[in-house]
Formats: sequence, structure tokens, C-alpha cells
Amino acid sequence: MPMLSFERKYRVRGGTLLGGDLFDFWIGPFYVGFFGVTGAFFTILGTALILYGAALGPTWNIWQINIAPPDLSYGLGLAPLKEGGLWQIITVCALGSFGSWALREVEISRKLGIGLHVPFAFSVAIFAYFTLVVIRPLLMGAWGHGFPYGILSHLDWVSNTGYQYLHFHYNPAHMLAVTFFFTTTFALSLHGSLILSATNPGPGEEVKTPEHENTFFRDAIGYSIGTLGIHRLGLFLALSAGFWSAICIVISGPFWSKGWPEWWNWWLSLPIW
Amino acid sequence: MRCNPCSSILMLAALLTMAGCDQYSPVESTQQGFRGTAMVELAEPGDDDLAAAVQAAIPAALPQVPPGGPKAGDVYKNVKVLGHLDAGQFGRLMASITAWVAPKEGCAYCHEAANFADDSKYTKVVSRRMIEMTLAINGGWKDHVGETGVTCYTCHGGQHIPANLWSRDPGPDRRSRFDGNQDGQNSPVRSVGLSSLPFDPYTPFLLGASEIRVNAPQALPTEPAHAPDILSAERTYGLMMHMSDSLGVNCTFCHNSRAFAVWEESNPQRATAWHGIRMVRQINTDYMEPLASVFPENRLGPLGDPLKANCSTCHQGLNKPLGGVSMLKDHPELGGPAPAVVKE
Repeated sequence: MPMLSFERKYRVRGGTLLGGDLFDFWIGPFYVGFFGVTGAFFTILGTALILYGAALGPTWNIWQINIAPPDLSYGLGLAPLKEGGLWQIITVCALGSFGSWALREVEISRKLGIGLHVPFAFSVAIFAYFTLVVIRPLLMGAWGHGFPYGILSHLDWVSNTGYQYLHFHYNPAHMLAVTFFFTTTFALSLHGSLILSATNPGPGEEVKTPEHENTFFRDAIGYSIGTLGIHRLGLFLALSAGFWSAICIVISGPFWSKGWPEWWNWWLSLPIW
Repeated sequence: MRCNPCSSILMLAALLTMAGCDQYSPVESTQQGFRGTAMVELAEPGDDDLAAAVQAAIPAALPQVPPGGPKAGDVYKNVKVLGHLDAGQFGRLMASITAWVAPKEGCAYCHEAANFADDSKYTKVVSRRMIEMTLAINGGWKDHVGETGVTCYTCHGGQHIPANLWSRDPGPDRRSRFDGNQDGQNSPVRSVGLSSLPFDPYTPFLLGASEIRVNAPQALPTEPAHAPDILSAERTYGLMMHMSDSLGVNCTFCHNSRAFAVWEESNPQRATAWHGIRMVRQINTDYMEPLASVFPENRLGPLGDPLKANCSTCHQGLNKPLGGVSMLKDHPELGGPAPAVVKE
């Protein structure tokens, strides 16, 4: 496997969190590390269990394969393998795998001497998943409140869970999450188009510098957040979207069991009307 | 420096968790479909109190009268609906109705004290029609009321006028507003669960015969019959909010939201509700609206129509009215119109 000229600089020993030098090696382009081993273990086991669950089910149609959590009657206990137990083990594997990946990112960041922004960002995504399948089921008293693993079945779960609260768009945290999602794509489209326009000048012209980029936005909206700032803003917007997604589902059920439109009664009963 | 954002978010999460924990009580959930489909009803620990309070307030049934003796129609004058009852049975029912509708005023709320046969009080004319309605509901709408049935008390609850009724709503007067007609939206009212849906979901469905046909049977529907306008969809959702609010249930009590319209994927409660919509429609068109000329003006709505029934008239926040208690079993004489009554 050939190395790029600059790879020698960061393919360095050390920076591991666990395992010392034992797993501090590469397979081809891939760093292994202790968490590479655990990640591979959980990923292979989890995927195999999903295939086993699919084999138990009535269909191999990729859209319809469904591995469902246990009945609510099992509460926070373990369920038989074919009645939700598979879902429970697959959930453990998924979290083990995601967590391993995040910690492997930490080790790579430490080797490179860069910040932990990448593993932190990924951790927010893991937190959203963890909220859905662990925190909320724990708060509601049954693993059966987790979402099923299947392309269409998880969408059906989302739909019914939303309608349990009559109109989920009235959920204030859902409003924030949706707004952050849209703002993320908006910011990315502004940023992406700006970079493409600066690096694709007209025939005979030179690639433009950040000064040109700043000037465009100062002219357009009176302010340019700058080359570093736009990435900070993008990270903030994207992580906020994931964070408020987690909040909007964890408050639905554990902390509010009525319709979300009704929650806004506090607004209607303000003394200002 | 670089850890500041993450530590502040972690602290916020910890604060939120702790803020919730000091008064946290888990929600009660009831599974109503296959595991993992989220067909779940939610209730909070205090939610059962409403049913318990309603049940505790039900007046005790009067002792049964031994069968036999002359018929009410032979003993009393001007008995048009219940003349086939034994006079004793008839008297017991009249006393029960007094307890159900006018416990303070007694017989005189409907009857001229000097001449009980007299029809001059409007309350008596209305009562007679309401008794006919009760018989029709118990005899003809078993698909909705089952064997539990209804009595006057189901709606009246000891009051002259049931607590939950509706009449045509003129809506807010917006004539002088620049934003004019909002098609009934954005005026948060209880009738549509405080959502921004049209505020009168009753007139089209519970008085008129509008059908709920807003789910297109195909993708990108182009046929007008398959592409109802947005307003009819919003009216439908308004009615659904009303049903949900009246019964204290969520959408998945009846529907699997992946396919709202498909009966095979719905809960059996949806069929009961389907009959209920038609039952209420008949109550309003056959019984309430024709009484417009009988009621005095102060008993009519702002547009001059009589007060009418909707789901909450009987249900009052409970998915089974009176928490499922059947008062009909103590009053079999209300089980159906005269020919259908089985006498002991």
C-alpha cells in the first residue's frame, strides 16, 4: 500500500487511549487500535444478528425487513431472542460499534494533534440514537418504546409516535430541531456556493482569495462570518439540529403525554391578551 | 478553550435531567398493536381520577318496581312515547329522569304542577323528544353504544343542559381586519384541540353529511375525486382533534398512522367511531335541529340554532362515557322503541 508523501507525518506511534502499543498499527490505509478491534467485533456481530433476524422474518424484501423491539409487557427486562431479544442485543452492538468508532476518532485526533471536534460531533449523533433507544425507553419503563430496525418499519414508528401527541409540529423542541436542520442546509448552500464561485473564476482570471469571499457577503448582507467562522457556525447548527432532535423525542412521553398543541396553553394564558 | 462548547452542553443536559427528576413519574403506556409499531396509548397517573370522579357522582338507581298493573297510557293522559310501560315502571323512570336532569327543580321543571298532562312548558316537549332519541340510540345504534347504552344522565349529568354542546359558530368578527377571512383558522379553541385548524369541525361532519375522504388512494392524485382540497383535509383533522380531545385518546387509539384510511390496519375502535359520527349526525339532524322552534331564544346559539351534540357531549374526556358504567341495565325500559321493548 503506497503512502502519500505527507502520511509519514501522522502515521506516528502513540496517542492511544487503551491498549498501549498492542493495537497501534494500520491495516492498509486503516488505523486499527483497540477500538478498531471492538468496533469490528460489534459491527460484525450486530450485522450478523440483523441478518439472522431477517432470516427469521417473513421477507427478504430490503424495505420490509423488520427487527422490532419487545412488547411493552417485558418492561425493562430481557425478552426472548425472537420476541425482541434480538433487537436488544443489536442495540447493544450498535452502541458498542458507534462508541468504538468515536473513540477511534479520538485516538486518531490525538495522533494528529488536532482538536476533538470530529469525535465530539459524531458523539452528538450517537447521543441522539442513545436517547431514542435507551434514555427514553428507560424513562418510559419499557424497551418496547425503542424504534424498530427496518427501513419502512422505523418510519411507521416515527409516524405513530408523532401522532401519539396529535401534532408533533407543535413540539417546541421539534420546532427548534427542524429550524436548525433547515438552517444547516441553508448555511451549507451559502458556503458551498461561495467556495465554488471563488474557486471557479471566469476564463483568464485567477482563483479568488477569502478577501473576495468576505467582500461578497459584506456587500450582500453587511457581514461576513469569515473562513473559520463559517465552519464553527456550521458545526454549531448541525450539532444543534441533532441535539434538539434528541430533546424533542425525550420530552415526548416521559415529560408530556398530551397533544403538543395543548402544551402551548401557557402562551394562551399569558396575562397580556 | 476548545472544550468550552462541549462542557457547557453537557452541563445543560445534566441540568435538564436533574430538573426533570425531582418530580418525575413515569407515563403509563398501553400497547395496542404489534410490538415496535408505536401503537401505544399514553396516560399519566392522575388520568384515571376523572373516570373515578364521574363514576362516584352517578346517582344510585331507584329500586325496581314489580311488573304488572295498568299501563301508563291508560292511567295518565297525554303519554305519547312511554304509554306501553307499566304505570309503576313509568313513575320510576320519571323520578329517575328528575334525578338525572332537574334534581333541584323536581317535576315542575318540565310539568305544570297543576296539570302534568299539559304540554305548555317547552322543557316537557323537548324531554319527550329526547326520550324518543334515547330509545332510538339504544335500540338502533348498538354498533356505537353497545349493550352499555345511554340514559339521560350520560349527557346531562344532573344538569338541565349537558355540559358539552355546540351551536353554529359565527367565528371572530374579522371584517375590519386587513387579513380578513382565515377560513376559521388560527383562533385556538378547544373544539380542535387548540391547534390552528378550522374552529368549527362540527357543522360539516356532525350536522352535514361531509365524508372523510382526504387520503388519496394513489400517489400524486390528479382526479378531482381523489384530490380533496386542503380545507377539507383541515376540517377533517379538526374533527379528529375534537374526537381525540373528547375521548382523551391520541390518534393511534383508532388509526395506524402509516395508512389512516385502511380499515385492515386500524384498531377496532375506529369502526365504533365511524358509527358514532353517523349516530351524532342523526341526533343533530333528526332530534336537535327540528326543536329550533320549541326552544326559547335564550336556549339557542348565537346564530339561532339549537345546541347540538358532539362526541364530548357523552364522552366528556373519557373513551367510555361514565367510565364504562351501564346505567341502562337498571332501566331496560330505555333499551329501544316501544315494539322492541321486552317486558318481563
